[in-house]
Amino acid sequence: MHAETEVHFRDAAAKALLDPQLRANFRRAMDGLITKRKAQFPDPRDLQDLRDLSTAIRSRSLLNLPELLEQFEANCTKNGIKVHWAETCEQANELILGIMQAKGAKTLVKGKSMVSEEMHLNAFLESKGIEALESDLGEYIIQLDGETPSHIIMPAIHKNKDQIARQFSQKIKDAKYTEDVDELTAMARKVLRQKFLDADAGLSGVNFAVAETGTLCLVENEGNGRMSTHVPPLHIAVMGLEKVVARLEDVAPLYAILTRSATGQAVSTYFNMITGPRGAGEKDGPQEVHLVILDNGRSRIYADPQLRATLRCIRCGACMNHCPVYTRVGGHAYEAVYPGPIGKILTPQMEGVGVRHDLIHGSSLCGACGEVCPVEIPIPEILVRLRREATHEDLGSTVAGKGTGRTATEDWAWRLWAGVTKRPVLYRIATWFATRFGKALPAGAPLIKNWTQSRTKPVPARRSLSERMRAEGGPHA
Amino acid sequence: MPDPRTAILGRLRAAGDSGPLPALDTAVLERRQWPAAERVARLRKGMEAVHTEFLDATPATWPAVVRAFCDREGLKNLLFGPACQDGAALAAAWAPGGTRLMPYDRPVEAFKQELFGEVDAGFTSTVGGVAETGGLLLMPGPAEPRLMSLVPPIHIALLRASTIQDSFWSAVKALGWGRALPPNALMISGPSKTADIEQTLAYGVHGPKRLIVVLVDDLA
Repeated sequence: MHAETEVHFRDAAAKALLDPQLRANFRRAMDGLITKRKAQFPDPRDLQDLRDLSTAIRSRSLLNLPELLEQFEANCTKNGIKVHWAETCEQANELILGIMQAKGAKTLVKGKSMVSEEMHLNAFLESKGIEALESDLGEYIIQLDGETPSHIIMPAIHKNKDQIARQFSQKIKDAKYTEDVDELTAMARKVLRQKFLDADAGLSGVNFAVAETGTLCLVENEGNGRMSTHVPPLHIAVMGLEKVVARLEDVAPLYAILTRSATGQAVSTYFNMITGPRGAGEKDGPQEVHLVILDNGRSRIYADPQLRATLRCIRCGACMNHCPVYTRVGGHAYEAVYPGPIGKILTPQMEGVGVRHDLIHGSSLCGACGEVCPVEIPIPEILVRLRREATHEDLGSTVAGKGTGRTATEDWAWRLWAGVTKRPVLYRIATWFATRFGKALPAGAPLIKNWTQSRTKPVPARRSLSERMRAEGGPHA
Repeated sequence: MPDPRTAILGRLRAAGDSGPLPALDTAVLERRQWPAAERVARLRKGMEAVHTEFLDATPATWPAVVRAFCDREGLKNLLFGPACQDGAALAAAWAPGGTRLMPYDRPVEAFKQELFGEVDAGFTSTVGGVAETGGLLLMPGPAEPRLMSLVPPIHIALLRASTIQDSFWSAVKALGWGRALPPNALMISGPSKTADIEQTLAYGVHGPKRLIVVLVDDLA
């Protein structure tokens, strides 16, 4: 049995709720994103057709995953991309270090990559004397402050302009204080351009990996992804093994629904297809391209037919934008790489349902996340399933840490419940007391306190159902 | 212990087949079809909405249109690919004086500082456009290096109206990109932008601050 440890989310969420600035920043940003997304889908039939097609494409890719990965690897290799496989984040980090050391590379510029966040790559490389610099503006802002992303698409969404202005004036050399967004952007451009020019290596994630052509697709607005992958002599890409799709034409609808769901854009500024290093006669582009394919628990998730749907995710972030919990507490409260509804099902599956027991309970199960998901991941159903897995060891599944989320209090409460309901006399006595004296129970009593903090105290009926049935002469009285 | 590749693929295979492949209904993509003139208007509307600027030209006038833009903006130089057909046509029509044409004819290693610090604008061709969302399709390569459309603060792109496809999906099929792709291909819809500071749009964060499309009307 697992003790009541690791209740990070509950405590962090309570703290976040008391921060009016944080709540205002998130409220404004999420409301804007919801409105913009809605405007991109004016025709409900088009939206549903596009969702159905995207879901089918992702499901097909997963059904053929081992074959597609092999085809993808063979085509990458044919194109001159060197493919590496890693079971764990530690292995992936070591692989990247090895690739860099073999080239004598000391500095790395990074495009946005959630897998590299999963790996805590920056901290690892820095411990080995390699500078890893985030080049996406949002990632750069939070890296300056030593923070982690609070949203998977907009990492610095928790900060407002004034906070960023103060931070830039303190941390960027020769920077003056300004709250003008164009001037702040220009400051970052100046610093980062020099870094792109000087870096020994560039790193990127992968939005879609195309098996039939051996292509890495990158979706971005800033151009830092292209800078990181094309300017330095060495490009290293990292991806989770679920990213592969069969054909380039499959990518078109996924890309269309990704940008619309994420930021309400019909299209991003750049859609980049990388199929190899600098070719014969080419004057630029990296001389070497490496790709690290990471498992980190994904093959275990894959083994379960219901949980496998988690791997359909295209990382658009729409579930967090629409989640009433995320909108109020922000991404940092989750203390996980992936926050919000997708994080609540992905993190416990990767790290174990007991370790992150608090996460799977941090949801109202209102269903907004499942309703908005472009690839129709049944997030609420999976959450309920994981809640069950967390307290039962004997369900015959491969879920990591199953049964370890059982708490002593909960166990004791259920035993008591079972003991009472199994004994008719005890049950009658208990309901008699509850109906007569339940009203007198103070709102601040243990166990009901958490509920009554923000809700009206529930009051039991004056008579139990069986008492009423008896009084009214019902058939089963 | 097996190597990670064998172990991972082994586990995925062991998970077994779990049902038939769902059918792909592409009707939602097939509905996106427009006459040629409307394709031009849609592309233009989509790209102008994200700050792309357009210059109208004909098959005969486009080099002069590019030149006039460079002179008007007072650009000191324009980077181009001399081995590319459109690049060569531009060079042939370029009168001396004013903006200097600068060939990208060396490996970037011999050219990086100059590329980042000295170049005012880059000129590239395109292999098509996308009407549905607005976007240019580029295929950099030996004749037109990858960084020409990225590093200079202004990117001037030549787009022929007849090459505009309905959607990205139809473009991938029309260009045969599913069969083979060069080391790099891309779609560009506007100048580099970000909304990472308080959701406020700012242009020119890393790549070009301006994207100029020279739209050649060759539909007649």
